[in-house]
Order: sequence, then structure tokens, then C-alpha cells
Amino acid sequence: MEVFFKKTLIIIALIMVVLVLGIMLTLIIESIPSMKSLGLKYLWGKTWDPVNNVYGAYPFLLGTLLTSFISLIISIPFSFAIAVYLGEYNSKGWLSNVLKNLVELIAAVPSVIYGFWGLLVLVPLVRAFEIKFNILPYGIGIFTSSIVLAIMIIPYAASMGRELIKMVPSNLKEGAYSLGATRYEVIKNVILPYTKTGLFAGVLLSLGRALGETMAVTMVIGNTTLIPTSIFAPGNTMASVIANEFTEADHTLYLSALIELGLFLFCVTVVINMIGKFLISRYTNK
Amino acid sequence: MQANVNLRVAKSKAVQVVIFIFAFLVTLPLLFIILYIFQKGISVINWTFLTHVPKPVGEIGGGIANALLGSILIVFFASVFAIPIGVFCGIYLSENKNTKLAYWSRLCVDVLQGVPSIVIGIVVYFWIVKSVGTFSAISGSVALAIMMLPIIIRSTEETLNLLPSSLKEAAIALAMPYHRVIMKVILPCGISGILSGIILSVARIAGETAPLLFTAFGNPYINTNMRKPMQSLPLLIFNYATSPYDDWHDLAWGAALILLFTVLLLNIITKITTKRWNVQL
Amino acid sequence: MKKITQILSIALIAVGFASSAKAQDDKTLLGAGATFPYPLYSKMFSEYNAKTGIQVNYQSIGSGGGILQLTNKTVDFGASDGPMNADQTTKIGAPVLHIPIVSGAVVLTYNLPGDNNGIVLTPDVIADIFLGKITSWSDPRIVSKNKGVNIPALPILVAHRSDGSGTTAIFTSYLSKVSSDWNTKVGQGGAVNWPAGLGGKGNEGVSGLVKQTPGAIGYVELIYALQNKMDYAKVVNKKGKIILPSIASVTAAGNVKLPEDSKIFLTDTDAPDGYPIAGLTWQIIYKEQNYNGRSLDRAKKLLALLWWNIHEGQQYAAPLNYAPLSKEALKVAEKIVKSATYDGKPILK
Repeated sequence: MEVFFKKTLIIIALIMVVLVLGIMLTLIIESIPSMKSLGLKYLWGKTWDPVNNVYGAYPFLLGTLLTSFISLIISIPFSFAIAVYLGEYNSKGWLSNVLKNLVELIAAVPSVIYGFWGLLVLVPLVRAFEIKFNILPYGIGIFTSSIVLAIMIIPYAASMGRELIKMVPSNLKEGAYSLGATRYEVIKNVILPYTKTGLFAGVLLSLGRALGETMAVTMVIGNTTLIPTSIFAPGNTMASVIANEFTEADHTLYLSALIELGLFLFCVTVVINMIGKFLISRYTNK
Repeated sequence: MQANVNLRVAKSKAVQVVIFIFAFLVTLPLLFIILYIFQKGISVINWTFLTHVPKPVGEIGGGIANALLGSILIVFFASVFAIPIGVFCGIYLSENKNTKLAYWSRLCVDVLQGVPSIVIGIVVYFWIVKSVGTFSAISGSVALAIMMLPIIIRSTEETLNLLPSSLKEAAIALAMPYHRVIMKVILPCGISGILSGIILSVARIAGETAPLLFTAFGNPYINTNMRKPMQSLPLLIFNYATSPYDDWHDLAWGAALILLFTVLLLNIITKITTKRWNVQL
Repeated sequence: MKKITQILSIALIAVGFASSAKAQDDKTLLGAGATFPYPLYSKMFSEYNAKTGIQVNYQSIGSGGGILQLTNKTVDFGASDGPMNADQTTKIGAPVLHIPIVSGAVVLTYNLPGDNNGIVLTPDVIADIFLGKITSWSDPRIVSKNKGVNIPALPILVAHRSDGSGTTAIFTSYLSKVSSDWNTKVGQGGAVNWPAGLGGKGNEGVSGLVKQTPGAIGYVELIYALQNKMDYAKVVNKKGKIILPSIASVTAAGNVKLPEDSKIFLTDTDAPDGYPIAGLTWQIIYKEQNYNGRSLDRAKKLLALLWWNIHEGQQYAAPLNYAPLSKEALKVAEKIVKSATYDGKPILK
């Protein structure tokens, strides 16, 4: 019994390793046809044309980068504000408790609901804005999906930042206060430098989340394989093109090109998450 | 001199106000979404809505019983797969902190947590749908189970790490065999932390759509056979929300309301139970 | 230990639960594909269920998807608005049957504020709009054909399908026939490299886009435009007549002799009263039904459904604005259904 129990535990721990290796292998094997026939230039190819069997991932890479970074830029002020408020200004009390729980609930709302809401509420708003400023009024597009994404990723950097700011040793802060620093100066000159790498790691985790987000983006990005010409133009991300075309890919190369996109997405998110986790563990252990 | 100090204090105050405003601005979209969905959804929900299947396009009425039942079944079977593996893997990781296997296993859990859900959908399509030869609810459950694992493992490991080692030592001193120490002493002590991890993982996956697109597939009828395609709430919302039919939008709003409140409720339950355990999930 | 046994028993119950549902297994058929006939299929299959108790689960994932899933043998039948191309035929590796079900019209639907249903579009204007050459509703080539109609000077937003689709196959087959520019630059197919515009998933997605965007134009199946009370254009056909898409004009366009295998596009036909952007829609099955260990019973159920679709099922077509099969076409369809075999023997007599 004893031995059986220990063996079971080991086998189950092994299952995790096998599972992840299996996922990786499946993606690699299934994308071999496209790697073979398209090679590295797949990533730089500018056209995605299933009819003529021409596949280039560039429009989707660009779309993914644009949406992720715009949403990061929108979200950072907010998530830092939350982190500083909860970590420094007001770390106890009912008001901060309410804020903390609400922020965590933002992460809990299913992405398809964000997409639905974005499609029927946000899109008309963006369109009205575009008409006012004489931009082609698509409504849906890179900009709209970045806003939706920004809301979705705020909690990740925020809760990470809050934890880290709380961990700043109080003697450092007290030292600064005793020298006559104002609160803002303490935040700027003590807390931020001290938590710098950790906050950066939090941002990386948000980025990882933004890169892989599928449903909400698919519903509001416009799904075109053209290279986006402005941030208000429609586009496609790696995840959304897979969601749109995976069940349709009717020849080997097409399917394989989509899976290579999945493999690429997998690698990028894994690397970004790993760097983030590594930075955090280094930070919390020091 | 004094003017300079005043300026600095004023600046500090100003920054405080700005931070306060930014921090609370974030809650607006959330409250807005909840209110909007509540307002749109509540008028649709009635007994017919909960007990009937959708009508063909153009016929008024119908409900989402197929998706409701489907979601419950798919999530239930996902839990059946994920809970034992997740809990035992968590036990292994907390019991064996420094073995090579633990290192790699932990790494894999981290990797898995970051994998985009759409990628898991693709992989499960190849593993199950293509090799068995049909879309099935069970393949959807497997995809969701894979997404649950990291959360369950993490919460189990961290909960057990918080237990004082004296507990285990006392049990071992009483000559209890190892598996009994784990099953009778360690697990019961950590059960509420583990449970809240499980509930949280259910809350996370109940609204997942992307892995179900290529696995559970959808079904306009009520189906209880796990080896057949099945409808689920998130899939129904996605399909009906992007359709142009107003009566389908209504169904989607109602479904969104039910899904949203289930997920939020589960999250709040976890919040209450984790209060006792200072576990960062 | 108790926990392990508990878990095991739950798992056992689960398995039992799953297999207890086996009886139901034989009463379901799975189909996937075209969104073009989805409103009709959802009506037909819901009636078929009421009559026979057999549940036909049809998911409108797009024609390309339907063919792919049939190739992967994950569905009982695929559905497509475009016949399978050479590539697809080699990949599927076994003879398949295309059974024509109905024909329908692909209409140009648009969203322009004001009362302007039924504006007239010529083939070259349509091609240039989708090529991205005409970018404004106030373009003289549009206005000159629509004197006295209130057309606001909005920019044109092109909406097209983001997924592989038979509706696209019909539409691009039309564009390739009427515009040599389109033919050389883009070509025809279920999913093309669009020179302009936004993509929506499915007929639903495109009509959703058009409905929500002032100035948008897209192509959808007639019923999607009608059910959503969207405006759609009259089109000038090959004989120079201005034709409003309707059952009558689609039937007129389809008044041509079908080939044995029924694989034909009904676009830009010579029929004087025919609407030029029309097409048949097919359900596709393997000719030899004994594959992957399928039972004879299942094959029979599938064939019975197909037989019903081309006979009794036809009555639901006209109310939903699809053109039912003509007598000529029905004969061809019957012959095709009868040619399906199980172990080389015909299934239907």
C-alpha cells in the first residue's frame, strides 16, 4: 500500500510532464508540413491567401503585437494606480477591500462575455468616435479589441504589484519619511525603484495573458487578413485567426500553417510567462 | 523654502488624488457590464427559457436548456478528470520539494498555466476528436480539465505548504503509515484551501469558449451522451451573439446573465473560504 | 484510501452514465458545413425530428469546414454551397456524392440611412466595390444608375466572410465571370485573399457587420437579408435586365440542364429572367457508406434523411425564400442518392 501510494504520486507528477511534452510534440508534428514547405519566411510573409496556398503570418504577428501593446499601454496606468493605492495608500479598510475584490472579479468575467459586451456596447461608441474624427467608421478593429483586452488584463499586473509594494521593508520607507520626503516622493524614489523588476514581471504576466486571449478579440477585431494600416483598422491576431479558420482549413498546408501559428503562440507565451515567473521568484527570495 | 515645501506637499496630494481616481475608474467597466447584462438578460429569463431548446431561425421563443445541461455535464466531467490528478500532483509537489521530478513537474505546471486556451483546443482536437472520429462532449471536458489542473495543483501545493510540519511529525510518531498520514491528517486539515482552489478552477473554465470550439462543437438538442457533440453556455453565447437575429441576441443575453452570475458567485465563495487560508491563488 | 474509492466510484458512475445513453446514440446524425442553407436546415431538421424522432445535429461552421470534417470522418454528412475542388477531392481519397438540396440567391446587402431599398448595381460596379476601387456611395457609376434614389455620400465599407464558405464560392465565381480584373487578381474559391474590407464569421457574421455599420455592403444569402429586414440590391444580369433576387428569379436562373453529378455553379447564366448570383447547395456524403465501422442501420438512417430532404423536406424551402429543386433536378438528385452503397450494394432501392 505504502509503495503503491508513493508510486501513484510519482506517476501523477510524471503525467504533468508528459502532458506538456505531449502538447508541444503534437503542435510540432502537426506543423512540420508547413515548416518544411514554408520555412522561416513564413513569419515574414505578408499575404495569407488560402486559395493560392500562400501563407504568411506577418499580418497576424503585427495584429497580435499591436493589440497586446496598446492594451498594455492603456492598462498600465490603471493597474499601477490600483497597486499603489492598495499597497501603499490604503492597504486596509473596507474601501480598499471592496476595490481589491472588484478588481479580482474583473479577471473572473468570462472572455466571451467581454466580447459580447464589446460588440454591442463598445463598438457603437468607438464608431461614433470615429465618425466624429473622420476615420473610416469600422467600429470594430485593433483599437476596440485593445480596449477590451486592457480591461481584461488590468487585474493581473495590479494584484502582482500590490503584493510587491506591500513587501517593501517599512524601515526603508520610514527612513525616507524621517528625512522629510512627501508620500509621492517616497513612492517615486523608494517604492518604485525597489519594486521595479517585480512590477515589470507583473506587466509581463499581463502581456502573456493578452497575447493568448482569443474569444473577446475574435468578436471585435474584424477578422481580415489584410495588414492593418492604422490602429483603427480591422485586423486579426494569431489566436483569432486560429479560432476563425481552424475548422475550415481544408488542405494539409493550410491546417499545418494554422497549427504552426499555434506553436509559435505557445512558445511566445511560455517564454514570456517563464521570464515573468523567474523575475518574481528572484524578487521575492532576495 | 516654505513655498518649496508647500509645492512638494501639494504635488504629493495631487498624485494621491490622481491615483485614487485611476484606481476606482477601473471598477466602472465591470459594474457597467454587470448592470448592462443584468438589465438585458433578466427580462428574457423565465421557465420556458430554462427548460426549452432553441427554436429554428425565425420562430419566436425557445430557450437554452441544451446549453445549460451541456455546460453542467462538461464541467462536471472535467472536474472528475482534473480533481484527483490535480490534488495528488499538488500533494507530491508539497511533499517532495527538491527532487528532480518535482522541479520539472512544477515547471510544467507553470508552462501549462500560460498556454493559451485556443492552443489546448487544437491539441485536444488531434488527440481525441480526430482519433476517435467524432466531436464529443468528453473531448471538451478533457480540454477544460487540462486548463483546471494548474490552478488545482497550485492551490493544493500552497495550502499544504502552510500546514505546520508538527502535524505530520505527530502523525508519523504515532506510527501511522505514510498514505494514512496524507489521507487522514494532511488532506483533511487543508481541505478548505484545496476546495476553494477547485471551486476557483471551475469558475475559470465554466466560461471558456475557445477550447470547446473544436471539441464539444455544439448541439441544438438536449444531449446527455458524452460521446456526442454537446452545446454549452459559452459556445451558445459566442454563436448567438455574432448572429444578426434579435431573438438569438436575447437568448445570448439571458445565457450571459446566467453564466456571469454563476462565475461571480463561485468566485465570491472562494473569497470567503480563502479568508481562513492566506493562500494567494 | 476512502477518497480513492470514492473517486473511482464516481468515475465508474460516469462511465455507466455515458454508456447508458447509448440507446440515444442511434437516433442522432451529425452534419456540419454551409451557413448558406442553415435557416432552412434548422427548420427541416426540427420538423424531421418531430416526425421521426431522429435528431439531426447540424452546425453551420462554413462549407470549407464541412468538407474538412467529412474528410476527417467526424461527421455523417458535410454541407457545402460550392462543389468540392480538385484539391479537396484528392485529399478525401474516396468517391463522394453531392446531393443538391435547394438553390438560393446571394444578395448584396447594404446599410444606408434613408429609404433606399433595391438600388441597382451593375456587374462592373459590384466587382470594383469588392476590389476596393469604388470607395464612396456617391461614386458617379452608382449614382447614374439610381437617379431619384436618396443615396447618402458615405464611405463604402466592404464586409466579407472570414471563414471558408460556399457563399463566397458562389459570389467569387460570379465576380470572376463578370470581371477579368477580379479573375486575374483574386480568382474564385471558398476563401480568397480579399483586396478590401472586414471579415465576419458566417452569413450571420457578415449580416451582423452590415447591420451594425452605416455605409457597409456585404454579400449574404437572401433569407439572412429578409429576416433581418436589411436592404438588398437589384442586379443587372447577363441579358441586361434589372433583376430583384427572389424565388422566381433564382428558379429562372437555375432553369438549365444539370450534369449527372450536379456539380455546377448557377452564376451569370443565360436565362433572361434569372438573378445572376445564385447557386445550388449540396449535402455531401461518402459513396461507400461502410467506413470506420459504420453500421448498415446508420447508413440507412442517413440515406432516409437525404431522401426526405429532397422530397417532403422541399415544402419548407419556399417559405424561407429558397428555390426548391425543379423536376429535372429532382430526378438527378434521386439518382445520386440511390447510387450510395454499403459494401458495394445499393442502400435504397
